[in-house]
Amino acid sequence: MATRIDVSGLTAFYGKFKAVSDIHFSIEPKNVTAFIGPSGCGKSTVLRTLNRMHEVLPGARVEGRVLMDGEDLYGPGVDPVNVRRAVGMVFQRPNPFPTMSIYENVVAGLKLNGTRKKSLLDERAEESLRGANLWEEVKDRLGRPGAGLSGGQQQRLCIARAIAVEPQVLLMDEPCSALDPISTLAIEDLIVKLKSSYTIVIVTHNMQQASRVSDTTAFFTLDKTGDPGRLVEMDKTEKIFSNPAQKRTEEYITGRFG
Amino acid sequence: MTSDPDGPRTHLSGDGGSVATTEPTSSSDAARVSPVDVFFKNLTRTAGLGLLALIAAIAVFLVVKATSALNANTGHFLTTTEWFPNASPPFFGVAALLFGTLLTAVIAMVIAVPVAVGIALFITVYAPRRLAMPLAFIVDLLAAVPSVIFGLWGLLVLVPRMDGLQMWLTDYFGWIPLFATDNGAVGRSIFVASVVLAIMILPIVAALSREVFLQVPIAHKEAALALGATRWEMIRAAVLPYGKPGVISASMLGLGRAMGETIAVALVLPASFGISWKILAPAGNTIAANVANGFAEANNTGRGALIASGLVLFIVTMIVNMAARAVIARRREFSGAAS
Repeated sequence: MATRIDVSGLTAFYGKFKAVSDIHFSIEPKNVTAFIGPSGCGKSTVLRTLNRMHEVLPGARVEGRVLMDGEDLYGPGVDPVNVRRAVGMVFQRPNPFPTMSIYENVVAGLKLNGTRKKSLLDERAEESLRGANLWEEVKDRLGRPGAGLSGGQQQRLCIARAIAVEPQVLLMDEPCSALDPISTLAIEDLIVKLKSSYTIVIVTHNMQQASRVSDTTAFFTLDKTGDPGRLVEMDKTEKIFSNPAQKRTEEYITGRFG
Repeated sequence: MTSDPDGPRTHLSGDGGSVATTEPTSSSDAARVSPVDVFFKNLTRTAGLGLLALIAAIAVFLVVKATSALNANTGHFLTTTEWFPNASPPFFGVAALLFGTLLTAVIAMVIAVPVAVGIALFITVYAPRRLAMPLAFIVDLLAAVPSVIFGLWGLLVLVPRMDGLQMWLTDYFGWIPLFATDNGAVGRSIFVASVVLAIMILPIVAALSREVFLQVPIAHKEAALALGATRWEMIRAAVLPYGKPGVISASMLGLGRAMGETIAVALVLPASFGISWKILAPAGNTIAANVANGFAEANNTGRGALIASGLVLFIVTMIVNMAARAVIARRREFSGAAS
C-alpha cells in the first residue's frame, strides 16, 4: 500500500504569482512527514501538488516532477482523477458531504470507484470507521447526517472516508486547526496508528504536533511577502527540533521568527 | 419587546398588540437593546406583516368581486368546461381553463428545468471563465425580456416552424395518447404554447440556479474531487444535493410565471374550451389567457366570472408553492443549510 514520493524541481503558480519555487525532497514509505513553516510559505500548496488538487483552482499550474514509486504524477496521459483515487486527502476544516449520512460519506469514494456490492461496502465502512477510531461512537446511527457530528468526529469521518478507498498516500492539510485539544489528541493518536499502513504527509502550524506525530520534518519559509516559498531543510524530526542545520530553522522553531 | 421610550420612535402599522414580553425600561437596561436594532426589527416586521396583509387583501378582493357572478351561475363552476358568463342565464366553469393552465405549465417545466439546470452547471462548472462571464450576463439579460416579446415571437416565428416537429411527433409517437391527433391535424396547440412558455421561463430558472450553484462551498467540491471524482461525479455528490432546494425554488418561480403568463399564451392558443390530452391538436386555453381575451367585452357577470377564475389560479399557485416548501423541508437536516 505505502508508497515513496520523490519531488524534484517543483514550482507552483497561482496565475502569474509564483507560490513555491524549485522544491526538491523525498518521502519514505510508511513514514509521517510534517510540513512546517510560517503562513504563506507554500507548505499547503506543495501538499496539494501531491494529489494534483492544486490545479483545481482557476489559473493554478505546476512545473517539475512528482514521482510516486517512480511514476510521474504530471506525466503526459496521467488522469488527475486516478491520481486522487490513489492519494487520499483530509482538509483543514472537516468537510463531510452535508447531504449524505455517516455511512454514505464513508463509502462515497468506494461508490465513485464503482463498488456496488452492499456486503463489501458494509465491510469497508466498518473497517474504515474502526480505522478512524470512530466506529464505537457512530455504529448505532450510521443513517444520521454526517454534518450532525461534532467537529472532531466529523474530521475522523473525513479520515475514514479517505482511507476507505485504501489509498497509497494520505495527505492532511492542518487537520486539527479547527478542533479542540481533545479532538486534536484523538486525531494525533490516529495518525500514529495509520502510519503502519500509509505514507502520511501532514501540514501543521503546531510544532508540538509535528514533533509528536512525525518521523521527518520539512521546514518551508519565504524571504518576504510576494516572494515564492522555498524548502529550507528536511531531516529527521528529532534533528530538526534539537539541532537543525540551518539558522532560519532554528530561529523558527525557537519562536524568534515567524 | 416594546420599543425603548428613549429611543427613536418608529411608525408601526402592523404591530397590532402582538407584544409578548415587556422589557424593563430603566436607562441602564436600555443600553442592552440598541435603538438601531429596535428600528430594524420593527421595519422588517412591518414589511413582513404588510406582505401577509396584501395577500389577504387580494384574496378578499377576488372573493367579493366573484361572489355575485358565482351565485348567478347555472353551471357548476369547478366542473363545467364551457364559458358563457355573458349569456342569460350565465353558464360557465373553470375546469377546461384550469386543465389547460396546469398542462401547459407542467409541460413547460418538463422542457425548461433540465435545460436550465444544464445551462447553470455549464456556466458554473464546465465553462472557462472567459466564456462563463458573458454567458451569465446574457442569461440574466434574457430573464428581463418582457413576455409579450416572447408571445409575438412565438406567434410569428415559432408557430409556423413547429408544424414539422409536431407532425413528426404525431407520426412516430402518435401511439402515446399525449401525441395522438385527429387525422394528423396539428397547429396552435398546447405543445406550442408550452414551448413558448418553456423558452420564456428558461432564463429566470437558469439565472437563479446559477446563483445557487455558485454558493456551493469549495470545501464540498474539493471533498469530492479529492476522492477522485470526475467533474460530473463532483456535481452529483456536492453541487446538486447542495443546490437542490434553490433549484426547486427557482423552478417554482418559473412555474408561477408559466401559470400566470397571459399575453404569450393568449397570442398562441386558439382559445377553445374543452379537456383533451392531445397536446399537439390546435386547441386549448388557460385561465390567464382567457382573462386577457375576455375582460374587455365582458359584462358585470362576465367580469365576476373571470375574477373567480383568477381566484382559482391564485389558490393553485399557493398550493404549488406550499408543496415545493414541503419538498424542501423534508430532508432539512441533510440539506447542508444546517451545518
